[in-house]
Amino acid sequence: MPNKERPALVQGNIACGYGALAAGCSFFGGYPITPSTEIAEFMARELPKRGGKFIQMEDEMGSLAAVIGASIAGAKAMTATSGPGFSLMQEHIGFAYITETPIVVVNVMRGGPSTGLPTMTSQSDTLQAGFGTHGDYYAVAFAPSSVQEVFEYTVKAFNAAEFLQTPVVLLMDETLAHMREKFIYPPTDSIEVINRKKPETPFAWFKRFEMTPDCISDFPAFGDGYRYHITGLVHDPMGFPTAVSSEIVKSAEKLRDKILIHKDRFTYYEKFMTDDAIWLIIAFGTAARSAKQAVIEARHHRMKVGLLQLYTIWPFPDELIAELSRNVEGIVVAEMNMGQLIREVKKACPRKLPILGANRYDGVLITPDEIIHSLKAVHGSKEK
Amino acid sequence: MGPKSPIYDYLRYKKKFPTVWCPGCGIGTIMGAIIRAVMSLGYDKNDVVMVSGIGCSSRMPAYVDFNTLHTTHGRAIAFATGIKLAKPHLKLIVVTGDGDGLAIGGNHFIHAARRNIDITHILINNSIYGMTGGQYSPTTPRRAFAYTAPYGNIEPDFDVVELGIAAGASFVARTAVYHIIQMGKIIEKALKHKGYSLVDVISQCPVLYGRLNKMRSPVEMLLWQKEHTVDIKVAAKKSPEELEGKYIVGIFKDDPDMPEYVSEYQKLIDSLKE
Ligand SMILES: Cc1ncc(C[n+]2csc(CCOP(=O)(O)OP(=O)(O)O)c2C)c(N)n1
Repeated sequence: MPNKERPALVQGNIACGYGALAAGCSFFGGYPITPSTEIAEFMARELPKRGGKFIQMEDEMGSLAAVIGASIAGAKAMTATSGPGFSLMQEHIGFAYITETPIVVVNVMRGGPSTGLPTMTSQSDTLQAGFGTHGDYYAVAFAPSSVQEVFEYTVKAFNAAEFLQTPVVLLMDETLAHMREKFIYPPTDSIEVINRKKPETPFAWFKRFEMTPDCISDFPAFGDGYRYHITGLVHDPMGFPTAVSSEIVKSAEKLRDKILIHKDRFTYYEKFMTDDAIWLIIAFGTAARSAKQAVIEARHHRMKVGLLQLYTIWPFPDELIAELSRNVEGIVVAEMNMGQLIREVKKACPRKLPILGANRYDGVLITPDEIIHSLKAVHGSKEK
Repeated sequence: MGPKSPIYDYLRYKKKFPTVWCPGCGIGTIMGAIIRAVMSLGYDKNDVVMVSGIGCSSRMPAYVDFNTLHTTHGRAIAFATGIKLAKPHLKLIVVTGDGDGLAIGGNHFIHAARRNIDITHILINNSIYGMTGGQYSPTTPRRAFAYTAPYGNIEPDFDVVELGIAAGASFVARTAVYHIIQMGKIIEKALKHKGYSLVDVISQCPVLYGRLNKMRSPVEMLLWQKEHTVDIKVAAKKSPEELEGKYIVGIFKDDPDMPEYVSEYQKLIDSLKE
């Protein structure tokens, strides 16, 4: 394993596998799809060596069902997929959400819709990661931008899933998944690992979906001696279906508040040269790397530009955007789609200011030049 | 005065009864047979997991005092696969309807059977989509009526037993609600069997299937089951003409020697340790 003394060139997908193992993942259910397949292959190789289980299911619906089943039986469980598979998984992402089951779903973005651009990069599932399944729901999604960060955010995805008892999506893109970069395996004792809350109360008093002040309930595994019911129907604190108005409202709000109460804890971002910035770039994933380079180049031309790199995409950090927008005169949102995150940025800005997109949707990584081009346009729109 | 029968110990009757099922429905009888089989095998309730999909039949887990999981339409077997792999000592019972298990969930069914994973699949076969109000299913016979087959069904139906055997299940049986004693014995054998055990249970839906097909009362439907089923031993002596339109009941396949998936996986893990 690559460590501090022996760093190695590692592919993004493999770093994801290392991260999953470091977080304690012991179950992987999946269906092959480019550009995510290396994660499944890595897990098929590594899990049985550690007593864990890998299964290649018959499709993506089945994959996520098996993953949720394994999690209910107490395992930390994940899948990895891409566009078409992510679409098929949506019903079960909703099921994991309403049943409060921790799972990690890696979506390595490629161009879409449909089969789209199987081997080319994209960030066009950004909104889908937030709103993909039907019904009101509050999604959690993280997006790393380097191989080292893929490791780190895979661990964070498991931690958030276990803590919040909810599905967490790790958004990668084809560039990141297939890129090889220097990777250092951090010292094991430096890796924070969070496990789901287990009950201390005896079975007689136990309620799986009990309303608690922080909206987190105890979650024993099937077979632990706590016999309870899980359903995808709206349910009462015992887990049984309900059609009582007050109970419906409470259970929906519990699911929402659980995410919102703990939002700060799981909002990850990085500011780069924002302190004196008049112009702000917002980006995530590999687009943020081009954006960082754009900042450096623009600074050479004395343009006061900064970068806000988002690692947490959902729940969207509205407050953070609102705060940063206060001191700038214009914003560029750089993303490899036709403009998805920009809608959220516009909603989050309390005052009117020029907000332009730097977009690329031809399956190729966005360049610093293209972002600078948009910076100049936003600058120009302010001049007028 | 509490109920005396030991079966109540396995029911969430205080919390969940009465059930959602219509008068005359066969699902409750099947639930009773499953519980009695679990009782007679002496399983610890903490070790039993019941998983279902979506449909009238899939409401069963809410009523039984096991670890219970009511999932999405068609996918119960895939959920059960994950549970069984993660905790192999648990006993997995999956209940599905005919639409749930054979239409939307047909793919999961044949692949779980192919793996021969240790799951008992009780397919509650009422030849109709009950929950959604009487549309035709993959087991609705030709010419039978349903709300989406108002002129009679033109599609041929699946033979669940042949399908299960062809897919690789190591235990395959058919029974009917009418044959309550046989049903109990078969379910018990299916539970004991190590590997994929499939039990096709012919059930009745008098409210929808019966009403649309001139069998309005539950009694008529049960008598239909009596008249249209032939025991496998008796059937062996009959000609194909005599068996026309009949459903053979009994155990069609019981092979304890076929490699079971979770055990094979454990062997793989053990071999990597060496
Ligand atoms: C993905 C999806 N499609 C459709 C439905 C609607 N639906 C609910 S139950 C059902 C069919 C139930 O029939 P069957 O499986 O035969 O079970 P029964 O109700 O007869 O026991 C359908 C189509 C659904 N819940 N989910």
